[in-house]
This record gives sequence, C-alpha cells and structure tokens, in this order.
Amino acid sequence: MTQRYSLFSLIRNAFSYHENWQKAWRQPEPKAEYDAIIVGGGGHGLATAYYLAKEHKMTNIAVIERGWLGGGNTGRNTTIVRSNYLWDQSALLYEHALKLWEGLSQELNYNVMFSQRGVMNLAHNQHDLRELSRRINANRLNGIDSELLTAQQVKDFCPAIDLRGNGRYPVLGASLQRRGGTARHDAVAWGYARGADALGVDIIQNCPVEGFEIEGGRVTGVRTARGLIKAKKVGLVAAGHSTVLATLAGFQLPLISLPLQALVSEPVKPCVPCVVMSNAVHAYISQSDKGELVIGAGVDHYIGYGQRGSIHVQEETLAAICELFPMFRRMRMLRNWGGIVDVCPDASPIISKTPVEGMFINCGWGTGGFKATPGSGNVFAHTIATGEPHPLNAAFTLDRFVSGFLIDEHGAAAVAH
Amino acid sequence: MLLIPCPYCGERAEIEFSYGGEAHIARPTEPDKLSDAEWAKYVYWRANTKGVFAERWMHAQGCRRWFNVIRDTVSYQILASYEAGTQPPAVERKTYV
Amino acid sequence: MSDATVTQSFRLSAGGRIDRSKPLSFSFDGRTYQGFAGDTVASALLANGVHLVGRSFKYHRPRGIVTAGIEEPNALLQVGLDPATEPNVKATVCELVEGLTAQSQNRWPSLGFDVGAMNSVVSKFLPSGFYYKTFMWPPSTKGWLFWEKFIRKAAGLGKAPTGRDSDRYDKSFAHCDLLVVGGGAAGLAAALAAGRAGKRVLLAELDHELGGWLLSQREQTIEGQPALDWVAQATAELASLPNVEMLTRTIAFAYFDHNFLGLWQNLTDHLPPAERPKDGPRHRLIKLRAKQVILATGALERPLCFRDNDRPGVMLAGAAQAFVNRWAVKPGTKAVILTNNDSAYGAALDLKAAGVEVAAVVDLRQNPDGALTDKAEAAGIRVLADHGIIAVEGKLRVTGVKIAPLAANGQGIGQPVESVACDLVLNAGGFTPTVHLFSQAKGKLAWNEARQWFQPGQAGQPNQVSVGACNGTWGLGAALAEGFAAGGGGGQAPSAADHDFQPMRHLWLIPSDQPLGHKGKHFIDQQNDVTAADLKLALREGYVSIEHLKRYTTTGMATDQGKTSNLNALSIVAETLAKPIPEVGTTTFRAPYAPVSFGAFMGRDADDLLDPLRKTPMDPWQESNGAQFENVGQWRRAWYYPKPGEDLHAAVNREVKAVRETVGILDASTLGKIDIKGPDAAEFINRIYTNAFLKLEPGRCRYGLMLKEDGMVMDDGVTARLAPDHFLMHTTTGNAAPVMNHLEEYLQTEWPHLKVYLTSVTEQWATVQVAGPKARTLINEIAPDLDLATESFPFMSVRHGTVLGQPARIFRISFTGEGSWEINVAPSYGLALWEALMTAGTKYGITPYGTEAMHVLRAEKGFIIVGQETDGSINPLDLGMEGMVSKTKDFVGKRSLTRSDMAKPDRKQLVGILTEDPAEVLPEGAHLVADPKQPRPMTQLGHVTSSYWSPNLGRSIAMGLLKGGRARLGETLYAPLLNGKVVACKVTETVFFDKEGVRLRG
Repeated sequence: MTQRYSLFSLIRNAFSYHENWQKAWRQPEPKAEYDAIIVGGGGHGLATAYYLAKEHKMTNIAVIERGWLGGGNTGRNTTIVRSNYLWDQSALLYEHALKLWEGLSQELNYNVMFSQRGVMNLAHNQHDLRELSRRINANRLNGIDSELLTAQQVKDFCPAIDLRGNGRYPVLGASLQRRGGTARHDAVAWGYARGADALGVDIIQNCPVEGFEIEGGRVTGVRTARGLIKAKKVGLVAAGHSTVLATLAGFQLPLISLPLQALVSEPVKPCVPCVVMSNAVHAYISQSDKGELVIGAGVDHYIGYGQRGSIHVQEETLAAICELFPMFRRMRMLRNWGGIVDVCPDASPIISKTPVEGMFINCGWGTGGFKATPGSGNVFAHTIATGEPHPLNAAFTLDRFVSGFLIDEHGAAAVAH
Repeated sequence: MLLIPCPYCGERAEIEFSYGGEAHIARPTEPDKLSDAEWAKYVYWRANTKGVFAERWMHAQGCRRWFNVIRDTVSYQILASYEAGTQPPAVERKTYV
Repeated sequence: MSDATVTQSFRLSAGGRIDRSKPLSFSFDGRTYQGFAGDTVASALLANGVHLVGRSFKYHRPRGIVTAGIEEPNALLQVGLDPATEPNVKATVCELVEGLTAQSQNRWPSLGFDVGAMNSVVSKFLPSGFYYKTFMWPPSTKGWLFWEKFIRKAAGLGKAPTGRDSDRYDKSFAHCDLLVVGGGAAGLAAALAAGRAGKRVLLAELDHELGGWLLSQREQTIEGQPALDWVAQATAELASLPNVEMLTRTIAFAYFDHNFLGLWQNLTDHLPPAERPKDGPRHRLIKLRAKQVILATGALERPLCFRDNDRPGVMLAGAAQAFVNRWAVKPGTKAVILTNNDSAYGAALDLKAAGVEVAAVVDLRQNPDGALTDKAEAAGIRVLADHGIIAVEGKLRVTGVKIAPLAANGQGIGQPVESVACDLVLNAGGFTPTVHLFSQAKGKLAWNEARQWFQPGQAGQPNQVSVGACNGTWGLGAALAEGFAAGGGGGQAPSAADHDFQPMRHLWLIPSDQPLGHKGKHFIDQQNDVTAADLKLALREGYVSIEHLKRYTTTGMATDQGKTSNLNALSIVAETLAKPIPEVGTTTFRAPYAPVSFGAFMGRDADDLLDPLRKTPMDPWQESNGAQFENVGQWRRAWYYPKPGEDLHAAVNREVKAVRETVGILDASTLGKIDIKGPDAAEFINRIYTNAFLKLEPGRCRYGLMLKEDGMVMDDGVTARLAPDHFLMHTTTGNAAPVMNHLEEYLQTEWPHLKVYLTSVTEQWATVQVAGPKARTLINEIAPDLDLATESFPFMSVRHGTVLGQPARIFRISFTGEGSWEINVAPSYGLALWEALMTAGTKYGITPYGTEAMHVLRAEKGFIIVGQETDGSINPLDLGMEGMVSKTKDFVGKRSLTRSDMAKPDRKQLVGILTEDPAEVLPEGAHLVADPKQPRPMTQLGHVTSSYWSPNLGRSIAMGLLKGGRARLGETLYAPLLNGKVVACKVTETVFFDKEGVRLRG
C-alpha cells in the first residue's frame, strides 16, 4: 500500500527527520512481456497508463521512457490549462480534461497545484472581438464557462495590463474562463507516475525504443536498449518524436516537429494574478507560485529536434510583453528553454488507431498539449483498452486528413498554448 | 539565429528568410486522377526527418527567391544550399533515433 | 535609526581600485552610507561593516554577502525607487552611484526582525516538495486556491515596478572575425594576438574593467611586472588598434547556433541620473555573428557544504580576497578559513596583510604541504589539517565556529571540538570552470577526475575554442599561452609563472556532531534554501534523475542559476547513489548566463515602433475630421465619421443612407494590389483562381476566388486585365502579403516555366471609392474628360484617364451595390483627390463613409468578407459559389473539393438570417440551435458571421454559417445569447437588397 500524503503524514515524518518516506515510484526491471506498453513517459503517457490500470484494469502494463519522466514537453511548457476551444470536438475533449484537472490532486493524492485563477484572451481589434464572441457563444452552449469582458473589466481583473497599447494594440476586451489557470507541470508527471506505479504499472526510465516487432501487420513487441519487450498492444505518446517512432513502425504521420520556446523572469512578489494571452502580439504570461513571470514564446517555423530556438522569437515575445505590461521592461529574463512540438496541419491532435494492428498513437498536440493531459490519457486509455475510440476522440483520427474533415484550430479563432 | 546561404545572395541571417518545409514535393500534374489518399499525401504529409533533411527556404527580405537547403534538424548544421528545381548534392547522412 | 552617514570603518587606508577622491553616498534600508567610486554596493556595505543584507526565499534566514561577483546567491537588493526600481539586483555587481537607493527584500517588517522567519522555526515540516504532499484539503480546487494565496505572498523576492519605465532600450547587430568572451588574462592575450594580426576583434567583459581574476590578486606578475600593469598596457594597446573593440559591462549571455551570440550591454546603470545621456539607451542587446569565438570566461570558486554555512559573515575565500585587494575593504576583523585546497592560503595571507586576524585555516586535507601553505605557516597562521568546521554560530552575523578533527573517512568527527570566536568564516572548495556558453552551444562536457570539475570536451560549433580557466587550464602562464595561441598569435606569448597546486580533498559534505538534517542546515543552494538533507530526501523518494532532483528540490533554479551550487549538488547525489559524477550527468546549461532585462530584448520595438501602424495618404484628412479608426491587418482604417453627438450606430446609419441616396466616398487604398505581367500572366492567374480568366477581355474586371491547396477559401478580390499580358489583382487588406507569397511560391516552385512577373503595388496607388446615385456626376465634375457612361464604361471594367491632371486608373466595380468607381492615383495625390471630391461633392451632400458602413452596405447585398464569412474551414461550395468553380480546368485546391467529406450534407453553408423581431440585431458570433431548451452541451448548428442594422431595409440583417444551411431555408432557429435572451430567427437567402443588381450596373 502506497504511503498517503497529507499534512498529518508530513508532520509524522518530520519527527523521524523525513527518513521514512517511500519511493514515489519503483524502478523495476522490464518484464519479458506486457499486455500493453506505453512508449513515452511524459504526462500524456503516464496518464494513459494510470487510466488503463484504474479504469480498464489493465495492470500488466509498462511505460517506457527514453530519458527521465516528464523530460519532454511536460516539463517545458507554460502550464496553462483551459478548455475554451472553438470547435465542439476540441472543446468537449478539453473540457473533459478540465473536469479531471479539478479533482486531480485528490485523485492522485499528489498536489498538482491546479490553480483556477482564470485565463484571459485579449482582443485588440474588431476582428478579435468578433472571434471572441463566436468562441464564447460556442463555449457557453457547450456548457463551458466563458465570459466576455470589457476593457475596463480586463483592467480590473489584471491591473498590470496597459489598455492603451499605444494605439497599435489597444485592449478592447477579452474572453475569460475563470475555471482556467495553471498547474505544476512536473507534479503532473510525478503524480501520475506515482499513481500508476501504485496500481502495478512498471515505469521504466532510460529505455530508448530501437524498433518494433511487427508480425503480419500486428505489433508483438518493442525492441529497446534494454532488450526486446513483448506486448500485445502498444501506445505511442512521444510528442515531438512521434514521427521517429512511426517511421520505426513503418507508417507516416502528417506532423512536423517545431522548436517552441518559453522563458521565466526572476521571481517577484505577486503582480500577475491570472493567465493573460494575446494572439495578436504573441504573448502568453502568468506568474508562478514562486513568483517568476512565466512567458510563452512562439515557434520557430523550421523543423527542429534540437530543443532550442532563435533569439528573434524571444525578442518578439518580450517586446509584446513590454507593450502589454510596460512596467516589466525592468524585469529580467532568468531562464529560457525550448521544446519540440509536434504540429498537425489543422493544429488538432491525433488520438487514433494506426495502420499497424494493436498499435495506437496519441500525438499532434502542438503548442497546447499540457492542458489536455488528464483527458488525453483518459480517452487514449479507452482507445487502447477497447480497440475503439472514446466518443470524445472519435473525430481525432488519422483518416481525417484524407476525407477532409479537419478540426481546424488554426483558423480565424486559432488560440494555441 | 541560423546563418543561411542563399544561392543568390550569400550567407544571411535567418530572419531574412521564410520557411517552406520539405523540398522536392512536386504538385501532381493530374490531380483528378488521384485517390483521396494520394491527394492527401500531397497536401498534408511531409517528411519530418530527424537528421539530414532537404527543405525549402525563401529569401523573403532579400531576393525573394525560393531555394533548397540540406540541414541537419538536430545539430542545425547546414550542409548544402542549391537552386529550386535542381537535384540535391550528395552529403554525409547522419542518423538519429 | 540615525540618518547620519556611517563612516567606512572597514575601509583600508590605502590600496585597492577605488577612487578615494570621489566619495559617494547611498542608502540601504533607509540609512545613509558612504562609499567610493569604484565600489560595488556590496563592497561599500562591507566597508561600513554591513553583512546582513537579505532574507532567503523559503525560510527567510538572514543572509549576507557570499561572493564578489555575478554568481552571488544571497545579496539581492531592490535598487532604485518605483517605477525606476529593479528587483533582485546582485549587490556584488551593482556599481555604486551617488544617491543610489537600495532596500533589502523578502522581509517584513524589517531585515533584522522578519516575521517570515517563522518558516525557519517550522522548517522541519517544510522539506523539499512538502507542497506536493499537502494543501489538498478541503477536497475542492478552492482548497488549493486558499493555501496558494499565502504561498504566493511569501514567495517572490523583490517587487516588480508598478509604473511605466521611462528608460529607453536599444539593440543592434554586430559582426566580427573574432569574439573574445572575457577580459581576464587569457582573453586579453587572445585579443592581443588576434588584434595584432589584423583581425576584427570584439572583446566582451562583464565587469567594468578588464583584468578578471587579476583584479583581486596582489602578487601576480606578468612579463616580470605587476600583473595589473600588464593589464593596463594590454588594454592600452588594444585600444590603439582600430580593428579591436572592447566592450565592458557587457555580458555574453547566450550562444546560439552558427556562432551567433547574444550580448547584453549595460550603458547607464553605473551613472548617476544626471550624467545619463538624455534619450540614450539604458541597455543594449547586441546580436553578434562571429567567424570565430574564443571563450575565456574563467572559473568560479565553489563553496564547501558545512553546517549553517549560510550565516551572514560566511563568504568565499576568493571573494574575501577580492574585497581586500580590489576594494580595500576588510570583510571582518577575525576570520576562520575552511578549505580543501591551496587557494585559501593566498586569501589568508592577503587578509592578514590587510590587518584581519586569521584565527585559523581549517584544512580538510590530511597533509597540506604546498608552497602557499608553508608561506602561511611561516607568517604565523595557525593551520589545522584534517579538521573541519562542524558548526557556525550566530544568527544575524557569524559569532564563531566549532572546529573538530575529521574521522579517517571524512564521514564523522573526532575530538576535541574547539570553539573559536570570529566574525568572518571563509571557505574555499576549489573551482568550477565557467562552461555555460560552451555548453549552451551544444558542446560536450568532459569530467576531469583529478580536478573534480567538468571542462569543455568536443565543441558544438565550428571555430570555437575555450582558453584559460574555463577550459580547465590552470595557472596564469598556461592561461596566457593558451589564449595567445588561440588568438593566432605570432611571436612570444606573455609569460607568467604557474603555481603547481597540491591535490584537493574532495569531501562534499562536511560532517557535524549531528546526523545530517537533525540540527542546523547544510545549505547547497542558499537562495532557494535547498539543503543537503533535501537532496538526500529527494533521492530516497526516487527522484534520482538529476533533472528530477533539481525540479523537486529547486536546487540551482534561483536567480544565480546554481553557479556556485550545481556541482556540489551533483557530487552529493553521486556520492549518495554511489555513482561516478559523470554518470549522474549535468543539468542543461540554459541561457541566459546572467539575467537580462526584458527591455533589452524589446530594444526600440516599443511604443510607436512596435509593429508600426500603416496609414494611407488620406489618413490626415480623416484624422482631422474626427474619424474613428479601426486597425485592419497592419493598417489603420477610418471606421466611421461621427458628427457631434453621434455614436457608432447613428453615424453608420447616416453614412449608409448617404451612399444609397446621394454619394459617399471610401478610402480603399489599403486593399492589396499585385501587378501581374508577362506572356503567361493569364495562364498563371487561371491556375490560381477557381474561375476562368483566360478569356477575360482587356479593360474588363472579374471577381476571383482563391483557395489553398486544401480547398478552403484563402482570399477574394477583383482582378482587372489592363492589357493582354498585364493584370492587376486586388486582395483583401489583411491578405496582401500572404497572397503575394502564395503567388510567388507557385510561380517559382511549381510553374517556373511560366513567364510572369509579380510586383506588389499596394502602396503605389491611393484609392478613393466613389459610390452612389450622384457618383458619376460628381466624378465628371473633377474629371470632365472621363467618359463614365455605362455603354462605354460598363460595370466590371477599367479605364485609364486623367483626374485633376494626373494619370489615373478607374475601376468600375462595386462592393456596395451602388454605381461605384474606384479612382486610383499616385499616392502623393491621394489626399488632393479626396479633398477635391469632398469640395465638389458638398452640394450633393457627399458623405465620407468608413469600414463599418461599407460592411453594412455589402451585407445588404450578401457580399462576403474573407476572414468573416470564412475562417479557413470554408470552401466555395459552402459559400454557395459553385458557379465560381470551374469544372474544365485545374486550379489550386480543386482536387480537395471532391474529397469524401466535402459533399457531406451537414457542412456549414452560408445563409441569410432574419430575426423574427426586425428591431433585434443579433450579436456577431451568436450561435444557432434548433431547440434552445435542450440541455448543454447543445447541438450547435452554426453561427452568425455578420450582423447589422440595415437602415435601407429598416430592419436587422445577418449572415451566418449553418450546418446544411441551404436545406434549411425558411426554418426558424434560435440564438441563445450570452445575456440569457433567446432570439428566434429565420433562415433566408443572403441577398437582402437589390437582388437583381440593377443599381450597380446603372
């Protein structure tokens, strides 16, 4: 039985100088065979394993990760959580995730610090306002909380914003999703890992995949740096490296992998109470519990597996931040990093069967996958366990690029992150 | 900030260029004869190579000409650049998993 | 508290690199002190005997000054007054200026008595990661929000400014043959060699003077003379070389691919406000491309990890040496020095020479016997070999230490334990090469087992080399030689002696008389309050990857980014896991090397220069006549022209009526215009647009629809054939550049054999649209030569002519549904044309109308706006434009229109929408449902794309995209609005006014 975390266990352990805490998860040797293997130990992969074990009672399963848990985009994003997407398919999937977020700390007995301090998307011109109105109306009819704020309400909600924008990017209004916010990204990976481990899932780190055993069009195992591991089913959840895995399995994906950067400032006392996003000037900002301003930058537009981008992307982002928040010009950038995001032509994910029987893929989350983590894992677990998509991911197939039924979040109302 | 050799203007900073994705994808001459799947391949499917990759760039703030570059998408090293419509020169291929 | 200036009682009477003739006064926490020019805030505070300068992040422990440089973890101050204030400034690199105001951070009510220090009392309940284990009650998301409020308030260090920053920032590009990063001995030697060889050299040094480590040394010599004399000569020689540029106060903070670096130059922070150049920039971001890069970034001293090693008065030995030698400051009166290597003895001797009593050097090594050790012993300094400091006494300032002999394996202590009173504890744990930039540039690090440090291995960029201490090269002579050689030096390298240091003793954790974590704290990361016990807890809990450990404990994530702590953390992890250090690995070195102001990244991309707003030639008239503007793409356009007392609605109603009843004029200059010329121009356009263009007669215009290859509408507009081989294509305002790119891409990459030239001419013409029943008469008044009769100049044609004596192109096209002529003249005549029309039109009641009225007029006619009626997911069939789609030719996007999903009956289709209550204007963006009473999530059928009050029809009109819309004509649907109201409406055709199009042809 896994040790429960609580204020009381913390106090109790303090008196034994914290010597008696158990490992959050085991470090098992891989077994010869599993019922299912999840390739990719980020948030989505670990959540998939957790729900497979919990809701589908598949406990003879493993997560294999080439590096360390949560070392990819899970630990590199700006931790924004919201569900106010335009299209029904997206909105309902992200809302499913948001509902899971709301009970996640208790579900996992691990504080993922999901903080519903609200997410604002700013409008800077009439076109933005029209698109916000469209999205808010769609959200509301989908049962998702979403409000239209006037410029003054924006100022009241986040006093640091300069509404004038020097005439170029005045703030004319915003959408607000109060249930949106941020979470502690690492804790999501760790919480799911601990939860899955407690249900018997083997979590195997430092185990790069070298290939797949495929017999008669059906997957039978995964070749890894630590030997062949047999598996009846395989789920690929490798974000920017999805193409690499698909190539090993002999099929193609309509994805490109792009460098995406983010940065934080030095920590300061609270000054940004919510998440503020502006598509027009490409700026996304919130303040972490530590006090750092957490700022998302745009992508570099070339394919890049280097987890690094260019300085001009940072310049554009910080110029935009300094326009919206002129008082932050004297703040300093403390740390900057890059991740590899896998982007679909329609900026929506793929959660789907693949041409290889028994093999499933969950990818294409682009710049905004973190918020979907619980929902993505939940519906992907359903897809793997039953062999058929959950109603919420039925539209997110690979086939849509052939038939033309795209879920184009790029479109006029595109809001990434 | 990559340093990109434009075949017409010489080496210039990345911010002068725009990106065009995988190179050597010819538009089908008779689209009507393609199946939906074949057409989709042309429209949406692009190689997303980890490693040595032939890609298109356009010197947007310079000569505005499209050309091809062979670049390692991991090290970002540029191995060759050549005019659109010409064949890629041979380069050393490094593979990554 | 006294306001009297405190005298510099710890300042030496002679020596140092300060200017005693220039006293400067400054304040710290409201008290006034004095220092000298050349001081940092840290050295000036120490000169006044101030050690307690801040509180730590988590436990609010009292903290002092630990280092003398950029690696400082503790001495962080709030400098300047709001809004020109800056949080988290490292006192150790903040140059003193007259009148500087500094405050301590993260304490309340005062630095000496801080309520937050309660955290320290209950610290046993707050180990690393405690917040992951608790604050989950009450079990709702409100529970965490409640706790989080307190955590957020307690966190953070300084305060962000609250007002607008009035300083300016700048950025620039630079290029050079050779960039030398670091102006210490190795860097100077490299720059000298390269500069003499004629290379274009840029030398960047973060300090305000060159010399690096030598600035804090007393007895080093180069070429037989005092090292700093050599530095002065080298600096003078470099200054005399026209091909060499030296930038001080400039940090090379980021190293990107292809030898591209980010440099941050501080231009004015060291000047008193009165001396700062007016309107000059405060900081500059230099983006530099170098053919060759020499990294000469030196090394940083490592602290030792002993119990309560964070008390004010605990300092690195090298830092103390710097304060004594460079700033002529005694950092205390009585020192105990803990060391694992020889370097501390230099500090001991220098301190003693400066009059600081050195009570003992506590050496972890069993047999320290180097030359420096001998010298110290000869000077009468007590050396305790094989001993450790097992406790530091004192809270707000060190009062003493406990010293004990070490057990044989170094894991425990022996007897006797000796207490020594002191007010200064120095520690020297060896050095860590500064490999940040090397590593950022994707270089591979190599572990040096003998030195216990990481040093550069395989470089990640071509033409890059590390020299001197940052390369793991030890000794002044060796560093000079290496730098000189790397600079391509001909002749002799500057010579200096190398000291052969004795081996160190690697004891990563100094034992105390208590088990680790039981009493007192062994700090690893002082700013983030991460202790050795925290690291061990994280490992016990399975966070064994170094990245997990870093993230779980937050070690190395403070504003110093672990410059002094990362290797110690790594070593303790390796030791605990019984693994070799290189197997544990390092965390990634991430840019920036030191924090860089947002302002520098912003540079001049601020205010009016951030994405400058484009204005048309007629903009001045519009502005002075009270137009309200809206931004469309990069342009600002007149939105409406309110008369006194009018709101948007009233003004637009008036403008719309005027166009239908008399005449209105619109500034249409922002529409994109692309000139397409060449023998294959018609063929090219025919492949781009969905409809046929080959047979368009010269002089005629045609509306075209452009798709992307995915079949979705990209743009629309009227294209005119000016001559058999010459076309002018109009694009929407926002799409001018994307369409140009689209055309160029297809022309160059798919059909390069087509002989076509494309030129963007948007700005080459000013365009005035004159529309309404009186338009023709009005135009003829200012351009009597023009024949505007329909027979000779029919709808959808173009003519050349003369207007106001200027050559003009006149297009007879209509977006309003009225008879309408678009007059194009050279942009410099645009304003004159506009004014002439306004003057001549007065008698007709000419009315300038803005984009809003234009939208109403076109909506009355059912004309779409790309980007409003389309959103990247709408194809021509959805818009009911089957007639525009050629069946006989191929065009971009055609094949996509026959994919299986394109024929689905429930695709969204464009329809008209009329509310049952004609007075009700639907909000744009409202959604339509069949049953407004159904539970949420509702089945949504579509949304309203355009909606207006139509003054000509006397009712509201709207268009929308509706699932299976054309099959729903006549149906009643419902729009549940955000305000709770439900509006019933009917699905209709999209053309509401003049369905036959009589007016626009007349």
